[in-house]
Amino acid sequence: MKGSAPAAAGAGPAAAPFPAATTVPPRVPALHVHDVSVRFGDALVLDDVRFDLEPGHFLAIVGPNGAGKSTLVKVALGLITPQRGHAAIFGHDAGDAPERIGYVPQLKTFDRTFPATAVELVVSGIRRQWPVRVAQAERARAMAALVDVGAEGLADRPLARLSGGELQRAFLARALVREPDLVLLDEPATGVDFLAEHDLYDLLERYQARRGATVAMVTHDLAAARFHASRVLVLNRRLHGYGLPEDVLCDECLHEAFGHVGHRHAVAF
Amino acid sequence: MDGLFEILGFAFMQRALAAGLLVALMSGLLGTFVVQRRLSFLGDGLAHAAFGGMGIGALAVVTFGVLDAGGGWLRHPLWVALPFALLTAFGIAYVRDRTDLSSDTAIGVFFAVAVALGVLAFSRIPPDVNLGFNVMDLLFGSILAVRTTELTAIAVAAVVVVTTLGFVWGRLAYATFDDELARTDGVRARRLEYLLFLLAAVVVAVSAVVVGIVLMAAYLVIPAAAARLWSRSLAGTSVRAVAIGMTTTLVGVIASFYLDAPTGSAIILTQAAVFVAAIVLRRR
Ligand SMILES: Nc1ncnc2c1ncn2[C@@H]1O[C@H](COP(=O)(O)OP(=O)(O)O)[C@@H](O)[C@H]1O
Ligand SMILES: [Mg+2]
Repeated sequence: MKGSAPAAAGAGPAAAPFPAATTVPPRVPALHVHDVSVRFGDALVLDDVRFDLEPGHFLAIVGPNGAGKSTLVKVALGLITPQRGHAAIFGHDAGDAPERIGYVPQLKTFDRTFPATAVELVVSGIRRQWPVRVAQAERARAMAALVDVGAEGLADRPLARLSGGELQRAFLARALVREPDLVLLDEPATGVDFLAEHDLYDLLERYQARRGATVAMVTHDLAAARFHASRVLVLNRRLHGYGLPEDVLCDECLHEAFGHVGHRHAVAF
Repeated sequence: MDGLFEILGFAFMQRALAAGLLVALMSGLLGTFVVQRRLSFLGDGLAHAAFGGMGIGALAVVTFGVLDAGGGWLRHPLWVALPFALLTAFGIAYVRDRTDLSSDTAIGVFFAVAVALGVLAFSRIPPDVNLGFNVMDLLFGSILAVRTTELTAIAVAAVVVVTTLGFVWGRLAYATFDDELARTDGVRARRLEYLLFLLAAVVVAVSAVVVGIVLMAAYLVIPAAAARLWSRSLAGTSVRAVAIGMTTTLVGVIASFYLDAPTGSAIILTQAAVFVAAIVLRRR
């Protein structure tokens, strides 16, 4: 599994006698998940999951409902402490480097009665606090982020008035405004009306090209995963496959992962 | 108008207004979070906890015979009511944190226990003992009878609340918006919730003597709720909640003086009028 690292493969580690020019310094993985097991009560939700994601990749995490995908993301964010194992982001323990991560949550039941505008939401991504008032410079930065995701028109709209898709754009701007090295997205397009998925992939790929960032995204859309991702991870409690999309997204692997949960339909793509 | 300046010249009136305005300040700042987090019942629960604490405090003062000893403000039952309310706040936060019970269930339980303890304690105090306050005042408030002791306690509480909120506002607001997002950004959301509950206990305990147990929750909730209807940001809600609380207190205290009405009622009814206006004239 480690062999799937991109650039490092050719250089070889035996470069000791010839330092400098020929050596490729060992790269710290963008996302390092080591031996992670998570249990909720009696339910083993993640079972000994381990993988390394090298920087610069676009990882799609797929698996049936209840497979533990969101749990894995939360372990990476430091929201859940696994019973065994650990996760690290660019060598920092999960939760220790929030400024390097841009997180886009699953469109969720956040409190729609909270009085806020999209700009404030984006500024919270800069400050990592809720703004009492938005300074001029922050507003300019937030606006630029909103423009990047095609949401400039939403800036001063109350969040409560945004559609699901508009909201996800605002959350995406919030995640990207801090220029993270790792963008973590949990089914950002599921159940969302207008944020066409290809549009989302476009945005992410542009951001990636600009910043050399790493993207890890939980998705239901296997076709998009095959087309856009450079790595795919198939998860159903255990890790059922990790590697190149064409290797991992084979019928067999998917059957193995999806089969016993009964989400056969997901295999047909 | 002459009359107005005249009544503002009375020391008791100045104390009443100072106490009322400080309570409005604290309640508005805190109430914004209480309302946004759907904890409106919390003020009620803590006020009743303060009642229980007052009862126990009063009984202790009577039992240990410190009533006629010197030491003035030290024997105020607030010194029992405050820790009792803090303990209750901690208990509610703990139950909410560690069990699947909702906060209103947790509050309901503590609420009942506190009132039961308070009633029991007061029943043990001989009726002829002069406590320096009566139970009716405790229930319905006696803002015009605020003593320097209580005003001092309120002023200290106001400094504590304003300073603490000044430090944590951005993080507390972030966690109020979304607990999980805030935690991904390193905000200690749990701790902040405990802190919010403890601050609410302080405000309620020191203010309940003035505003009364029954109306304290209204003080915490109504101005913030009205402000929420008029605001597009959380900071804006806070500012308006304080402004509404202060204005209605001013109007209520003065109106009660002229109309010879109970001050607490006058204030809360004024607040309710603003709340109704806020609903009718609400921003679309
Ligand atoms: N906080 C929690 N407490 C108890 N069970 C949980 C919790 N979070 C998730 N689960 C359970 O863990 C399993 C995996 O959940 P999740 O990671 O959200 O799956 P996915 O995102 O792949 O759909 C599900 O069975 C879910 O019910
Ligand atoms: Mg999920």
